[in-house]
Amino acid sequence: MTVMTYLGAIGAAQREAMLADERVIIIGEDVEANVYGTTGGGKQRAAQGDFLQEFGRNRIRNTPISEEAIVGFAIGAAMTGLRPIVDLSYSTFLYMAMDQLVNQAAKNRYMFGGQSSIPVVFRSAMFYGLNTGAHHADRPYAMFMTVPGLKIIAPSCASDAKGLLRAAVESDDPVLVFEACPLWGAKEDVDESEYRIPLGVARVRREGTDVTIVAISGSVPQALKAAEALAGQGISAEVIDPRTLVPLDTKTILNSVRRTGRLVIAEPAPKTCGAAAEISAIVAEEAYDALRAPIRRVTAPNMQAPFSPALEAAFYPTAEKIAAAAQSVCVN
Amino acid sequence: MTVTRDTMLEMQRRMLRIRLFDEQASKMVRRGQIPGTVHTSIGQEAQVVGACMALTPQDKIAGNHRSHGHPIGKGSALKPLMAELVGKATGVCKGKGGSMHLADYSVGSLGESGITGSSIPIAGGAALSAQILGEDRVSLSFFGDGAANQGVLYESMNLSSAWKLPVIFLCENNHYALSTPAHTVTGGRIWKRAEGFGMPGVLVEDGQDVLAVHAAVSEAAARARRGEGPSLIEVMTYRFRGHAEGLKLTFDDRQTEELERWKSRDPIKLFRARLIERGFADEAAMDALEAEVVREVEDAVKFAQESPYPELSVAYQDLYTDAYAMESVL
Repeated sequence: MTVMTYLGAIGAAQREAMLADERVIIIGEDVEANVYGTTGGGKQRAAQGDFLQEFGRNRIRNTPISEEAIVGFAIGAAMTGLRPIVDLSYSTFLYMAMDQLVNQAAKNRYMFGGQSSIPVVFRSAMFYGLNTGAHHADRPYAMFMTVPGLKIIAPSCASDAKGLLRAAVESDDPVLVFEACPLWGAKEDVDESEYRIPLGVARVRREGTDVTIVAISGSVPQALKAAEALAGQGISAEVIDPRTLVPLDTKTILNSVRRTGRLVIAEPAPKTCGAAAEISAIVAEEAYDALRAPIRRVTAPNMQAPFSPALEAAFYPTAEKIAAAAQSVCVN
Repeated sequence: MTVTRDTMLEMQRRMLRIRLFDEQASKMVRRGQIPGTVHTSIGQEAQVVGACMALTPQDKIAGNHRSHGHPIGKGSALKPLMAELVGKATGVCKGKGGSMHLADYSVGSLGESGITGSSIPIAGGAALSAQILGEDRVSLSFFGDGAANQGVLYESMNLSSAWKLPVIFLCENNHYALSTPAHTVTGGRIWKRAEGFGMPGVLVEDGQDVLAVHAAVSEAAARARRGEGPSLIEVMTYRFRGHAEGLKLTFDDRQTEELERWKSRDPIKLFRARLIERGFADEAAMDALEAEVVREVEDAVKFAQESPYPELSVAYQDLYTDAYAMESVL
């Protein structure tokens, strides 16, 4: 075990994947200079373990600022023998490549009757809560959940990030990785040896009996804090992190709700058609008889993210909001 | 580059395949035997075949909605293509792609695209994998004068030039983007745009001449194989039929005189005359070749019509590669 940050764990998974398979390449804006800290051994470019020095310019490639081409080239390369990891930096940049993601990555295997497999990973970070304004602060994973053919992961801690990303690179289907910027610096003990976390397996972060809290991405640490506070009030909360949104581990969520009879879902994205909405619908359809209280969603409002710290600080689910929602369903 | 007699006869065969396949498809749309949308390559056969036959079987192509010619030109068998157009289980894409989304990986056809310009970076990506994996193959992107005004082309040209990728951007300028005359929505000349990206820009003024197209693409392919990077080729050609089968425009900008002028430059008739004139074949041999292809297309139609429709379960396959993900979406 060694202490790693969330960002460090992503870098570690990328290094493992690069060492394990020569078909893995990393392309994206500023990856050579390790600007975002996932293609080097340390924070400095010259630090030991610099990917450019280690793997060479053939496999570590700076791109122009051309998201549509970067994404499309990665898809074409994946269809013909490579396993690219595309670093798109900000999640809002995905919109520039929408045609390639939706019409090519998601559809080609299906439309061509299974002739192609498209082993490509698209990494991007959700820069919310950091006063970057609406052009950088989106949490757009739910938008892509409506596109059949894409797999989607949203890790919430370093150990999950490392194992999930490794599994994503080994998946033969396109995987979108939504990383939570507010968690970049979060540290924990991580197994430095190689391991994979299968896509589609949720993690029960805390066991409980009174209420199930399903939390996504940056809302997971908030949910764990809320569970701690609730324990002090005699409420036993179970916290589940789906980790993968497509395919979604509905079994773990349903089993928990069948035991607790109550469900709160927390996520940093807007409420309408979000992951929380989807999970609510699944639980309402599959476990209605077990519910002892209405399902509650704790999400960001259906608003664009504001810039000012005074406005943005209260914008996303906090431990207090999640705890209050849990309390409100635990009254009966 | 010298083109052998055998290659020239094969060019004529493939042009005939495209012509007769598409004529048949057009009839079948009118009879209600092919569902959905169909765009024929009738009139553009020289441009398609000249390009495809300058490539090796290992080379990759990606195309557009005017789609049947590209895999046929690259050597696809006609039966699975026709079955796909009809929506049968034996279709090259199991009946899930249809006319606009043909792909035949067995001949290096990575897929046609119903979105204008969308497959351009796919060809670029195939060139990237060739470069990184050290494989001796090039990619060719077919796109029209319409796609020439999509931003993704310029992102792709720039990236390919910066990385010296073995890719050929081939603009099939058939003069119309659906109903819109290309010159009314296009600034300057398309082939001249290459200069700004540091790659050769080549104009093939007579795209009805299969050997002219073949020569230009051969040179670009040789350059790509030498590691010197991409080229842009604009081929001037014309579609003899409307944008799509069954599409009735209230206004067609194409004048009868213009259409007749282009039809007098039918690439298949021109090449037939040339083959005979050069002594590579006689009238009887050309008639026999044509009769062979007629039978081949008839067989393809029969195969398509006699094949079963896919089982309903096929609609729920091939989205993901692993069973767990597939189960999760059902």
